[in-house]
Amino acid sequence: MNSASATTERSARSRAGPWNAGEEDRPVLSVHELKKYFRLSGGLFGAARGYVQAVDGVSFSVSKGETLGVVGESGCGKSTTARLLIRLIKPDQGRILLDGQDVDGPNGISVRALRHQVQMVFQDSYASLNPRHTAAEEVSFGLSAQGVARAEARNRAKQVLDFVGLDPGVFADRYPHELSGGQRQRVNIARALAINPRVLILDEAVSSLDKSVEAQVLNLLIDIKNRLGLTYVFISHDLNVVQFVSDRVLVMYLGKVVEIGPVEKVYRSAGHPYTRALIASRLSMNPRRRIAAPPVMGDLPSPINPPSGCRFRTRCPIAEPVCAENEPLLAAVGDDSLHVAACHAMAPRSGHSLAPVPMSRTASASGA
Amino acid sequence: MSSSTANSTQAQIEIVRRPARIQLTYWQGVGRRLRRDPIPMVCGGILVLIIAAAIFAPWIAPMDPYKTSLLQRLQPIGSPGHLLGTDELGRDMLSRLIYGGRVSLLMGLLPITIATLVGSSVGIVAGFLGGKTNMVIMRIIDVFFAFPSVLLAVGLAGALGAGPVNCLICLALVFTPPITRVAESATTQIRNQDFVEAARATGASAPSIIVGHVMTNVSSLILTYASSLISVAIVLSSGLSFLGLGIAPPTADWGLMLNTLRQSIFIAPVNAVLPGVMILITSVCFNLLSDGLRTAMDVKP
Amino acid sequence: MTADRPGPADRPAPPLLEVWELSVRFGFGVSALGAVNGVDFRLELGETLCLLGESGSGKTVTMRALIRLLPPTAQITGRIVLDGIDVMALDDDGIQALRGTKVSMIFQDPLTALDPVFTIGSQIAETIVCHTGLSYSAARARALEFLEMVQIPSARRRLDAYPHELSGGLRQLAMIALALSCRPKLLLADEPTTALDATVQIQILLLLRELQRELGMATIFVTHDLSVACEIADRVAVMYAGRFVETGTIAEVIDSPRHPHTIGLFGSTVHAGTHDGLLTPIPGAPPDPSDMPPGCAFAPRCPRVAPACNERIPELTEFAPGRQARCPRITES
Repeated sequence: MNSASATTERSARSRAGPWNAGEEDRPVLSVHELKKYFRLSGGLFGAARGYVQAVDGVSFSVSKGETLGVVGESGCGKSTTARLLIRLIKPDQGRILLDGQDVDGPNGISVRALRHQVQMVFQDSYASLNPRHTAAEEVSFGLSAQGVARAEARNRAKQVLDFVGLDPGVFADRYPHELSGGQRQRVNIARALAINPRVLILDEAVSSLDKSVEAQVLNLLIDIKNRLGLTYVFISHDLNVVQFVSDRVLVMYLGKVVEIGPVEKVYRSAGHPYTRALIASRLSMNPRRRIAAPPVMGDLPSPINPPSGCRFRTRCPIAEPVCAENEPLLAAVGDDSLHVAACHAMAPRSGHSLAPVPMSRTASASGA
Repeated sequence: MSSSTANSTQAQIEIVRRPARIQLTYWQGVGRRLRRDPIPMVCGGILVLIIAAAIFAPWIAPMDPYKTSLLQRLQPIGSPGHLLGTDELGRDMLSRLIYGGRVSLLMGLLPITIATLVGSSVGIVAGFLGGKTNMVIMRIIDVFFAFPSVLLAVGLAGALGAGPVNCLICLALVFTPPITRVAESATTQIRNQDFVEAARATGASAPSIIVGHVMTNVSSLILTYASSLISVAIVLSSGLSFLGLGIAPPTADWGLMLNTLRQSIFIAPVNAVLPGVMILITSVCFNLLSDGLRTAMDVKP
Repeated sequence: MTADRPGPADRPAPPLLEVWELSVRFGFGVSALGAVNGVDFRLELGETLCLLGESGSGKTVTMRALIRLLPPTAQITGRIVLDGIDVMALDDDGIQALRGTKVSMIFQDPLTALDPVFTIGSQIAETIVCHTGLSYSAARARALEFLEMVQIPSARRRLDAYPHELSGGLRQLAMIALALSCRPKLLLADEPTTALDATVQIQILLLLRELQRELGMATIFVTHDLSVACEIADRVAVMYAGRFVETGTIAEVIDSPRHPHTIGLFGSTVHAGTHDGLLTPIPGAPPDPSDMPPGCAFAPRCPRVAPACNERIPELTEFAPGRQARCPRITES
């Protein structure tokens, strides 16, 4: 695709709203106010010593056929969110909806049914594949566990292995320690594809690979998505990779969503100070234009006792007293409802000195 | 480079091919590595001889192990007709050692087998389920673990009474908790790995995950540990027989023989020590074989 | 990294580090594998050299060989002269005295590089006492100075912190402080920022640049990430299969890469400019050290391979001042 058609195609796909969509444009997957706190045990008999607020009120939706990138640094809760999406972890609060139906709720669909449609590709490590299973056994395990006959499951496994670029004649009977990193990752992808899902959640799927292998696997993922019409949720800490594959991007910080929007818009003109700092922390490929000062100093605050109000205020260059009192909600950046950020400086009437003055109707009509 | 349409992306996807190699399953690899290691092979050979002798005792033993002869008491090694001498009742030592091997080996292997089956099942289930179930099960196991094994064995044997069956039960009970512990901790480690999560994510049920994923990975750990316990079981059962809590005379059993020959230790020390030597050889061989097994199973990719 | 050697009158001072024909083989006899196959370079004080390559290219082994920090199965051949000292001729005591004083190393994972049962203050102080003979209290004061130099917040409190009490970024700073505590002339950095978040990575890289200027050190930086090299290197040497395949200043190599492997690396790296169209990855995989191709190691994957490439290993030729590449085809284009 050349750049012009790619951009129009991307914006066409992302026309569905961030979280509330109309009837015909119903998002495939949407989550509302997901919360997950992890108990820190300690003390006598494992009494709770505190809670790690890993995911604290996260809401977003994913439209059919799009790639939603999720970025954030360690401790932001993106991996926990991924596992909540596929219900490997049970949320403490909040709802997950698949095609508008509540997962594991009354009158909704079961977790089992969710897993038929939503699958996860893990980060490559030796622990992502059973060291005692061959590639074919690993890929066919899900199928045979669901009652498919052994021979048929194996055939399907071989088909999928071929589809991801591994010659089944050579690789079907190989063990993980006989595979390179890129090959193991292809087996990971094959395992997720074996049961024909509609949505793939990729949790740092290329993070541990060499750059050239990463490029091969990224190409493969894009090709698969186009051929099978899948929807991706792509989680990564690598801003460049997310920019490359995503249509929309979601930025997380300490368990909260701080920004959502079309990828080019967010990267070019981010609304949230954290996003701006994150984008500015990207290393340039130009040795003559080196970064002179770090965009943000210091470390993450503790997730057990996050700062009150806005969680980023301890490191934010434009923090004001109102940021400690009230938690900012996602508000439109500029007048684009598809691009939202949780910052008082973006929200009219928030009390922040940089907040936009709400325009009256006459002012907007005169083309301000 | 020019950009591509969907068709040529197919061409760009790298079909990864490499020349085929001879494949070995994991256990075949273990067997091959084990065969190349001299020490376990030698010990294995010795054990095979001892076990074969025990199995074919009626055909191999030169004399009747129960036949006493008060005239031939405590004959030294190399006496005519008695290759290893006689014991305090004139019975042929060699025959008694061979027959004794049957009981002692059985008392070593059978309780461990039972303990492994029971202990791994309980441990794997506890490890996999986690949470409160795990806590309840493991704390019960810990109660047994709190007793030193010998003391526990003696106490149980005393309560159950002497005799081979009771000895068997008592030993199995003593060895189940440590195996449960090992199984549970191994399972807990495996359970948190990504591939188990991936299996859950594809919708596999818990039993299928336990059988398909967990057991293939923990079985080697449990096997290594259990095989290292065989020698302990042999020594412990010999100890129980020595104390009169296990096998009763006149059955030939190495531990019992040590007990009955105890009084003769100053008169015929070599004879008195012979059953102990057999226990030593057997335990050491089992231990070294188990060590070799552990090394062979430890594949670093 | 010039191939010609001007006479003593032309050069103001000898370079800090000179390496000739460095090779490292693992194992013995016929089954020995060559991890590094003939590396030559020079490094001046104040210069940063980046060894760039994928995993298996030999970059980490090259760096570790400079202070002989390799397992006993490694056989190092070649000549290494550091600050006038012949490193290969040193005995164990000699190399021990060298490490930490003239040369220091920082690693990728600070959690395994720092001892978990000692506070970082005591670890730094112990190093200072060991190498300089200062008293413990004086060493602790010096340790505090270094912690402040690396801009650890609340440095005084952190002196008594254990490694696990610090976050990843702070641990990395502590490790840098430990490495610099004896003011080495050469700093070896083995992918120190790979495991860190983007915002922390940039802080560490900027700090390293600043410290290098302040202390006048030379640095050798191993990385697989092109953008890290852009940010920190003066000169870069791209490695493949244990050899240098391209060298030059970072600007020169980025602007006009010559070796097909370097070009392939640039084409397959995801960066801000690649977001439309697809990437062009390098096909295939790096060679197995036990099964190296007869000629150029990159030939099986090279888009411009010619029959001559498979006959013998190409030489590293200098096609412009300070610019070298190991490819016979570049002179043709």
